[in-house]
Amino acid sequence: MTVWKLALREIRHRKFSFLMGVISVTTAVACLVGAQTLLRADRVITEQLLTEKQSEIEHAVAAKEEAVKQAGVELEDAMRKHMKGLGFNVLILPIEQSRSELLLKGMTASMPESYVDKLASSKIVSVNHLLPSVSRRVQWPEHDREVILIGTRGEVPILHRGLKKPLLEEVAEGKIVVGYEIHKDLKLKVGDKVTFKERKFTVSVLHPERGSTDDVTIWINLGQAQEILGMQNLINAILALECGCTGDRISVIREEISAILPGTQVVEKYSEALARAEAREKAKESAESSLAREQESGEALLQQEKQARNQLEQQHAGFASVLVPLVLIGSVVTIFLLALMNTRQRTEEIGILRAIGFKSKQIILVFLSKAMLIGIAGGLAGIALGFWFGWSLGGVASNGIDWEKLFEADSLKFTIAMAPVLAVVLTGIASWLPALIAARQDPALVLQSG
Amino acid sequence: MLLQLDSVSKTYKDAHSTVHAVEDVSLQISEGEFVAVQGPSGCGKSTLLLTAGGLLKPDAGSVKVNDQDPYAMTPDARAEFRAQSIGFVFQQFHLVPYLSVLENVMAPGMAAKSSISEIRERALHLTERFGLVDRRHHVPAKLSSGERQRAAMARALLNQPKLLLADEPTGNLDHQNAETVLNDLSEFAANNGAVLLVTHDERAVAHAQRGIILQDGKIATTSIGSGAE
Repeated sequence: MTVWKLALREIRHRKFSFLMGVISVTTAVACLVGAQTLLRADRVITEQLLTEKQSEIEHAVAAKEEAVKQAGVELEDAMRKHMKGLGFNVLILPIEQSRSELLLKGMTASMPESYVDKLASSKIVSVNHLLPSVSRRVQWPEHDREVILIGTRGEVPILHRGLKKPLLEEVAEGKIVVGYEIHKDLKLKVGDKVTFKERKFTVSVLHPERGSTDDVTIWINLGQAQEILGMQNLINAILALECGCTGDRISVIREEISAILPGTQVVEKYSEALARAEAREKAKESAESSLAREQESGEALLQQEKQARNQLEQQHAGFASVLVPLVLIGSVVTIFLLALMNTRQRTEEIGILRAIGFKSKQIILVFLSKAMLIGIAGGLAGIALGFWFGWSLGGVASNGIDWEKLFEADSLKFTIAMAPVLAVVLTGIASWLPALIAARQDPALVLQSG
Repeated sequence: MLLQLDSVSKTYKDAHSTVHAVEDVSLQISEGEFVAVQGPSGCGKSTLLLTAGGLLKPDAGSVKVNDQDPYAMTPDARAEFRAQSIGFVFQQFHLVPYLSVLENVMAPGMAAKSSISEIRERALHLTERFGLVDRRHHVPAKLSSGERQRAAMARALLNQPKLLLADEPTGNLDHQNAETVLNDLSEFAANNGAVLLVTHDERAVAHAQRGIILQDGKIATTSIGSGAE
């Protein structure tokens, strides 16, 4: 016979009392473990949800960014195309060239042809495609009509940039490019021979109708034009194409060119194409601002989700912080009352054990052994029940949380490891006083009453 | 001298009354003696027995068991002393209800700090001696009254005490079982033990060597019993 055996026999004899004790401890431990599991599940789900949300937002922003980037590329391409389509839209003229005369009579002032080389060898970035030209309204005596003669030598490449496909091919010596009105009136075809100012030219290109002065213009080689016009080594203008820069382009161009070629002025030919380019620029800005708004709204959404989850976690934690101590206290009180009841039930038995020589220490041990068994059984059952409770209520399975993630937190591991110890300590504390009462019982009183 | 009571008195007091349960009782019991105490209900028989057994401290006088005063000891030392020196048998048997006969018999061994194997050996022997071999693994509720009292006797003798205190051991038994228990008590006394029996049972006196009649807590008469012959 041992104290343990005595305790086990008594448990078997009074199963209900033992069961009540175990249920009480199970409830307390289940509450504690359940609350911890639930809180941990909350945390893991929060982290998971926020990560998913973050990823969703990042994806959405990345898609938007990609769209904006794509739009940017398209815009740049469109700008380039527009600019190209626009043709030369910057005129670099001698400073003496009057704007009024330019509009009324065409170009009248001239500047050295070397200006174009100076510009090409500079580090200029605000314009592309430099084309030196002479231009004059002249009489075509052979056909008795007035035309605009433009002499061009072809584009001068800007040295510090890569070679670009020229907007306009050079007109070779002896060749002539003819505007629409002229070739229509004269019924010219490519390859026809024409005479201009007593010089022979072969028609190389016939322009389609453009609805501009181009329709009454002929283009020949710059050198030949200079010779015809008596403007050797002189040009009237350098045509250029402005870059696809944003903002106040013309100021930038003027500033750059005046620094390289001080005796010149810059005129921008404004057009619908430029307006479209600007509209596209605005659209890009709008897309970028929409992207920024998307980012901001994503952040706000994330923040909102975080706050909602934190609020839920706090509610659960608050509820647990009230419920768990209450249930623990309730359990201790229940075990105390059960142990007290047990002491009363066992009065005769304790009296006889004392009479046959059991020491008070042994009586206490008998009671505490039973308390320990209740604590261990209740503790283990409570862990299982509490974990199941937290698992189910916390939506661990439905949210696809794996065990490892749940047990990453030391607090849950610690709670589960310590729960049986806590249960044993609690039942021990709750049974201590009844055990003392039992141990101090006077056997004489029991035997006399028997 | 196995038991010596000198001028022992015990009074119960409450708010309304004072009862002199035992008053100036002196008694000696030697080895081999079987003493029966008789008297009407409430005359102080049980109080005298509990006082002699180290369970109820007297208000006056001294108690010595085997020349030792149990009341001079600490409660735990007294409990151990009780376990080793005194055996108790009660009218209500007072067996632990959830222990088997064998476990009930072994219980005092736990108190006396004997080795488990030795306790078991002795318990097996005692259950055999008291005819309980077939009942060893039965709980008290499954036993007859006679078997319960025999189990209680076996328990009382486990630690091989010199003094056996019996309080109405035949009170709940039929004639045959009562006779068996009284024979067992006589046998214990005959083997250098000492028995103090408190009873109403006239048959018990026939087994005792000395009969004492207690009246109002005092020894009224002392006689030589048939057991002395």
